[in-house]
Amino acid sequence: MSALFDELPVILGAFWLTLRLTLATAVAALVLGTVLAAMRVSPLGVLRTVAATYVNALRNTPLTLVIVFCGLGLGLVLDVSFSESLSVNYLWLSIIGLSLYTAAFVCEAIRSGINTVPIGQAEAARALGLTFIQNLRHIVLPQAFRAVIAPLGSVLIALIKNTTIAAAIGVAEASLTMKSLFERHQEAVVPIFLGFALGFLVLTLPVGLLFGWLARRLAVAR
Amino acid sequence: MRASVLYDAPGPRGRRRNLVLTVLFAVLLVVLAYLGYRKFDEKGQFDAALWEPFLRADVWVNLILPGLWNTLSAAATAALIAVPFGFVFGMARLSEHTWIRIPAGAIVEFFRAIPLLIMIFFAQYGGSAVFGLTVTSFSAVVFGLVMYNGSVLAEIVRAGISSLPRGQTEAALAVGLRKGQAMRLILLPQAVTAMMPAIVSQLVVLLKDTALGFIVAYEDLLNAGARILPSNFRNLIPSVIVMALIYILINVAVGQVATWLEKRSRRSRKTTAKPVAPPDSVTAPASL
Repeated sequence: MSALFDELPVILGAFWLTLRLTLATAVAALVLGTVLAAMRVSPLGVLRTVAATYVNALRNTPLTLVIVFCGLGLGLVLDVSFSESLSVNYLWLSIIGLSLYTAAFVCEAIRSGINTVPIGQAEAARALGLTFIQNLRHIVLPQAFRAVIAPLGSVLIALIKNTTIAAAIGVAEASLTMKSLFERHQEAVVPIFLGFALGFLVLTLPVGLLFGWLARRLAVAR
Repeated sequence: MRASVLYDAPGPRGRRRNLVLTVLFAVLLVVLAYLGYRKFDEKGQFDAALWEPFLRADVWVNLILPGLWNTLSAAATAALIAVPFGFVFGMARLSEHTWIRIPAGAIVEFFRAIPLLIMIFFAQYGGSAVFGLTVTSFSAVVFGLVMYNGSVLAEIVRAGISSLPRGQTEAALAVGLRKGQAMRLILLPQAVTAMMPAIVSQLVVLLKDTALGFIVAYEDLLNAGARILPSNFRNLIPSVIVMALIYILINVAVGQVATWLEKRSRRSRKTTAKPVAPPDSVTAPASL
């Protein structure tokens, strides 16, 4: 048990990195996912095809593979570099991998939200002369977002858990830190595991409650 | 499709505009693809020597297929344990006895809330530290997959049984069946039809998650693509791309089965329930 308290600064540091990974990815994936969703319902066949292919490919690829591709493929083979420091570079590469993967799920969530907006809304907007972009921006997407708050919450919870996979390319977030603490304190494997599990419960459970509450509060009354 | 509701059928001007935009975006995509191509070419990634191994039978037989076999056997083992686990815990959560319901609920919620990878690490290190067992990477991966996917399956089972109309249980009890009999003879057969699509979709997730084995050095398909092949041919990018295609092919095939089952169960007259959505579904329930 004492090992857990001695290493508390290390553990909190690791969770802080997990949190930063989550926030950076969440913002990037939300933007990219919204653009992809707009592409999937657009009048242009090219955009629909590109977005659909992207989403289907990424959804059916293991995240570990995506992150390994970003870390080793982009980082080592293609020399994509964001920073002098190797660990910071891998951090950015893992954010890219996580964002590319999560965006596919965000896109699916928003697209399903668009399907919940009654036909009359879009028809009325068109009757008023709104263009496709105006229609999406002012009428459809605001309602779609409010319908998919709970699913987006699920995506965010999945993302918090998925950040652990950045361990595949050596980003020292919570899971990799847990592993090195296991190696350092072999007598305290169980308390360390419970400590990290508690950390993840503290991160994921409030998100579920918050998004459930938001979804009820912001639900479109029909 | 609902998509067409967002815009009118284009007139002559609209068609012209769409054509111009299509060409514009196509050009943009070609430019992006070209930039990617140049970056790859610069680093010699289109070198025939890097792709040629994939045309050789011995590479497939000795390096790739063993990895694929390990991936599939881990997935199959985990699925065979996780499905019964899900049924037991799903039914336990619906039990009338608090002392069964509460612990089952706690276990299911706990394992759904924590990342799979830390369970795999825990199995690896905890097994030897606590029980003095040597835990192979295969058992560690299977343990993690069973606990996580079993818990998600338990939620699917619970949702499937709860989605049946109350009248089914009431009628079963009224004709004199015991609670166990009502569950076994009336509720489960109908619930299975309703939850089959969700179970198969979850198996796709399970199959994808076997790739986590790569992190604990389990010799799976990703390991073949990202460690073994590159160390022989120095072709990391080509081989990761080929592995991705194999994963996509398998997952799309299993996903098709889920879609087919869902269509079938929607038509089915053997059940009084609609197909259930998996928990943590990322799609909004259709309101129309």
